[in-house]
Amino acid sequence: MSYVKGLICKECRRSYPKRPLYVCEYCFGPLEVEYDYGRIKRILTKKEIIKRSKNMWRYWELLPIDKYPIVGLYTGFTPLFRAKNLEKALGVRELYIKDDSVNHPTLSFKDRVVAVALSKAKEFGFDTVACASTGNLANSTASQAAEAKFRCFIFIPADLELSKIVGTLIYNPILVAVEGNYDQVNRLCSEIATKYKWAFVNINIRPYYAEGSKTFAYEIVEQLQWHAPKHIVVPCAGGSLITKIWKGLKEFYKLGLIDKLDTKIYAAQAQGCAPIVNAVKENSEIIKPVKPNTIAKSLAIGNPADGVYAVSTVRESGGWAESASDEEIVEAIKLLAQTEGIFTETAGGVTLGVAKKLIKRGFIPKDESIVLCITGQGLKTQEAISSKIGSFIKIKPNISSFEENVIKKIRR
Amino acid sequence: MAIKVRIPQPLQKLTKEKVEVEAKGRNIQELIEDLEKRFPGIKMRLCDEKGKLRRFINIYVNEEDIRFLKMEKTTLKDGDEVSIIPAIAGG
Repeated sequence: MSYVKGLICKECRRSYPKRPLYVCEYCFGPLEVEYDYGRIKRILTKKEIIKRSKNMWRYWELLPIDKYPIVGLYTGFTPLFRAKNLEKALGVRELYIKDDSVNHPTLSFKDRVVAVALSKAKEFGFDTVACASTGNLANSTASQAAEAKFRCFIFIPADLELSKIVGTLIYNPILVAVEGNYDQVNRLCSEIATKYKWAFVNINIRPYYAEGSKTFAYEIVEQLQWHAPKHIVVPCAGGSLITKIWKGLKEFYKLGLIDKLDTKIYAAQAQGCAPIVNAVKENSEIIKPVKPNTIAKSLAIGNPADGVYAVSTVRESGGWAESASDEEIVEAIKLLAQTEGIFTETAGGVTLGVAKKLIKRGFIPKDESIVLCITGQGLKTQEAISSKIGSFIKIKPNISSFEENVIKKIRR
Repeated sequence: MAIKVRIPQPLQKLTKEKVEVEAKGRNIQELIEDLEKRFPGIKMRLCDEKGKLRRFINIYVNEEDIRFLKMEKTTLKDGDEVSIIPAIAGG
C-alpha cells in the first residue's frame, strides 16, 4: 500500500517514476516525492494517528515507502517538553524543546531519515548503502545498515570528533576518512555514486531520505495538542531539515490536522559557516558557498544542497536567520545543560545561541510559543566543550581530605 | 590542449554513456562551447536561456568549486580535470 504518485522536479515540475533518481534530467533541479493527498486525507485523521504506536511511522502515509519499514521501528516520537527554567533565563513566556538528542537508535534526528532511506533501499533491491556524513548520519547509517544486513560504506571528513568515529566503527562499516572538508567529501561521493550502483542515502536516495525529516514537524504539532507553534528555530547544514519541517507543517494544514499555518521558521547556523544566513540577510537569490571554520562540525556544510529552499522557507514563513560564534555555541550548550539538564551537541548550541540573539533583538517576541529543535547528543562532541567546563576535585579517601579540599574551597 | 571532463549521469546519454570525455578551452565558457560542438545539446542542459550556468549545477576544476575561482571565466590549462556535478547532494 502506498500513497506515493511518483517523483517530481521541484523546479520544472517534470514527473519521474518511483526509482533511485535524485535530479531532473533536464534542469538538474531536485526531485521530490509526490503524494496523493486526497486519498491520504480520507484516512489520516487525528483519531487514527493517536491509536498508533508512538514512533515516526504513525504518519506512514506521508512517508515514501511502499512496504513495511525494515529499520528504525522505534525511531521518533522523542520528547517535546516545556522548558520552564530556560524560559526564565531567556525572559520568554512559552518555550519548548523538541529533543532528538535521545532519538533511537543513534541519538540524533538523522535516525528518522536513515530509517526511510534504508527501508527504501531494500525495496529497490540494493545490497550496499553509503553516505557522505559530518558524523550523525554516519552513526545512523552504519547502525541501521548493520541491522538490515547491508554492506555499508561511510565517507567522512578526516578531522571528525572521536565519538562520531567510534560511534560509526562499532557497527563495522567500511569507514573512509577523506582528507578534506565535508563539501569535498560530498563532491567525491557524488562522483562515486555515478560510478558505483549503491544506495547513497543522501545522494541517489535523497528524495526519499529527506522526507523522514517531516516527522520531526508532525510530532511537534501532535505533542502540542495539534497546534503548530508560532516560532520554530532550526539548525541548518544542508538546509534539508528546515525545508522539510516547513513542508510537514504545510501538509498537516492541507490535511486539516491544523487550523492555520502561521508558524515562522528561523534558520540557525554557526558564524564560521553561515551561507544560508548570509543569503537571508543579503536578500540574495543565490547561495554563496563558504569554506567552513567552526566547532559545529555537524553543521559545517559550506555548499548547502537545499540552501535556496532553506532561504525560501524562512522568507515564505516570515521568519529570519542568525548565526552564533563558537563562544556563543559553547555558552548555549552549557546554558541548556544547566537549566534543563539536556546535554546537546554543537548543533544544539547553535540553535539555542541563535534563539537567544533573535529573542534579545526582538525578532522573536517574548510572549508567543517557541520551539527549539535540538537535533543531536552532547556526548558525541565532547571535544568542543571539554576544556570549558571546569574539572573534578581530586581527594584522598578520607573525610579530612574531603573537608580540606572540597568543603572549605567551594563557594556556593 | 586536452582537458578531462567528468560527465554527470543525466548528461551521459549525450556523451554516448561516457563518464569521462576530453574537451578544449582556455576557460570554462570556452570549454562548454567546445563540449557543445562535440556533444550537441549539452550546452542547453548546462546553461539557461541567458547562457548562464544553471543554479543546480556545480563545476569543479581540479577539485575546486569554480565559485571560489572565477566562475565561467576560470582559466584552464592542459591536463586540468573538470567535474560537472549536480548540486543536489548531501546534508
